[in-house]
Amino acid sequence: MKKILSYLFNRFITILLYISGSITSIIVILIVIFLFSEGSGLFGKKPTEEGSIMAVNKTNKVKHLNAEQIKLIFDGEITNWKTVGGKNDSIILFRMDNITDYYTEEQIGENFENLPKCISQVVDSMPGIIALVNKKYIAKDFAGKELKIDKITVTDFLFGKLWFPTAQPVAVMGALPLLLGTFWVSIFAILFALPLGLATAIYMAEVAHPTVRNILKPVIELLAGIPSVVYGFFGLIVVVPLIQSVFNLPVGETAFAGSIVLGIMALPTIITISEDAIRTTPRSMKEASLALGATQWQTIFRVIIPYSSSGITAGAILGIGRAIGETMAVLMVTGNAAVIPHSLLQPVRTIPATIAAELGETSQGGLHYQALFTLGCILFLITLIVNLAVEFISRKRKRVEA
Amino acid sequence: MYKIESKNVNLFYGDHHALKDISLQMKANTVTALIGPSGCGKSTYLRLLNRMNDLIDNVRIEGEVLIDNKDIYARGIKIDELRKKVGMVFQKPNPFPKTIYENVAYGLRVNGVSNKNYIEERVTRSLQNAALWEEVKDKLKKSAFELSGGQQQRLCIARALAIEPSILLMDEPASALDPLSTAKIEELIYELKDKYTIVIVTHNMQQAARVSDRTAFFYLGELIEFNDTKEIFTNPNNQRTQNYITGRFG
Repeated sequence: MKKILSYLFNRFITILLYISGSITSIIVILIVIFLFSEGSGLFGKKPTEEGSIMAVNKTNKVKHLNAEQIKLIFDGEITNWKTVGGKNDSIILFRMDNITDYYTEEQIGENFENLPKCISQVVDSMPGIIALVNKKYIAKDFAGKELKIDKITVTDFLFGKLWFPTAQPVAVMGALPLLLGTFWVSIFAILFALPLGLATAIYMAEVAHPTVRNILKPVIELLAGIPSVVYGFFGLIVVVPLIQSVFNLPVGETAFAGSIVLGIMALPTIITISEDAIRTTPRSMKEASLALGATQWQTIFRVIIPYSSSGITAGAILGIGRAIGETMAVLMVTGNAAVIPHSLLQPVRTIPATIAAELGETSQGGLHYQALFTLGCILFLITLIVNLAVEFISRKRKRVEA
Repeated sequence: MYKIESKNVNLFYGDHHALKDISLQMKANTVTALIGPSGCGKSTYLRLLNRMNDLIDNVRIEGEVLIDNKDIYARGIKIDELRKKVGMVFQKPNPFPKTIYENVAYGLRVNGVSNKNYIEERVTRSLQNAALWEEVKDKLKKSAFELSGGQQQRLCIARALAIEPSILLMDEPASALDPLSTAKIEELIYELKDKYTIVIVTHNMQQAARVSDRTAFFYLGELIEFNDTKEIFTNPNNQRTQNYITGRFG
């Protein structure tokens, strides 16, 4: 009886472990599938609103425009058709509201019954016109021609320099400023955190008295447990005003502030992993170096660091991974301007901050919503690459040790 | 005049009295073997001579250790200078994860030598003296880890020889090696005697008998007997030495 009970109990535990393992795996896979299915829907869609079209004069040579060009035209930054491949003629903007500049309300008619004819005439009469018109006001014998708008492509999305996902009449979704903003902030965070982290790791592993180390290590590990919003708060109250006054800037919310806060956040990862790697350097290696008359520092720089370099690299890459994915603190201190960064003392916007800030404003299934999911996919791929790199490096390390 | 001389040396690891009143003298260009059962203090004594024990916390040393008539525990002694003079080979081969060439050149580089030709000459000479040159001359740029255990140990000897010490300490240098490699190391010790004063710790009685001129028998932190090797192995004065070398305990 006891035997049977114990057998059943063991079976039960096995099945429980099996179920929990498979459920977790399935959930992870489902999340990834969901992310990519939502994100991939963006490509091949037109960046305009449903129901409206762009119309130009028949004589216009331009056949199609991309979202970025249309945005610049409607912002008045492109004023000549020559810039977008047409003939030398200035661009005249026409929106539905502008019809009253050309026709009286009587001419249009009480129920807009003459509107299609009017629009047709306006478009026909001006060679330089570009008209944003609702589809239902296009006459059957429309005198102009419809301008084709380029669909969103992967290249446009990845290398487009403008991020205006809610712009009218077309949404412009170029993620390059966000990608660069993310890398910009992360790279400087690492440049700042790696020397500091490495120095701390060396100090803790090789120089510090055991008592000091026993105090320092838990304190540094505690750093990893502080919620990121608290770091953001610290950045906003301390780092941002400091940068503003030191560099005499109009605003202190800059990439630099983000880098500093992210650097501090990446420190515990870098320190703990590098310190562990440094401590795995065999005692015999250190003794061999010292016995040859090397000083402690020569031993550290010529033997210990080279020996633990793969561990240190792994720590640095994981630190970068943390920096790339960090959302809240960055959102709070970087100023969130979606422009391609040229200096550190300039607001930038990172991918995670964009998703967090904008997702609340989107309609589910809309273009903007899908664009944010695509950004999520990109972020996922970046961190995946980072983790694979760490895996690769630590595998290499095991081979060296074996 | 003695090359190495210790006068009434006591060493404590915290409360543990590891070396008790050790007085030993070693002449230049001799091989001295330190024998005794595990934990008898022979390795501790060896590591006293290049101040390797300094790396351990809570070590206290009393008495004098003289090398070339200078107290190496006196104030103002530069430890790295001392270690240049007193080379050491460890129990397990411990080459650096560098090329064969760089392993041998390491000691020169950390001592500020940057003359390429000189380094190359020293590396070649050291590898020749360690009887390894013929085996590695075509693969100096290969990792030291590609060598066999015996070759690695001879590489470690070459590495120690490169900085031209006058004393060579060997802590059971052949204990991790096969008989053939052991024979090579022993042969090497015999040849190196001309230029160096060698102190070797060994567990292997035959080895001590084969390679050394003088033998010191340690037991429980005390120096029981120190005499010519021949005397120790054929006609020991002390009963405990007799018992140990005949294998009655150990």
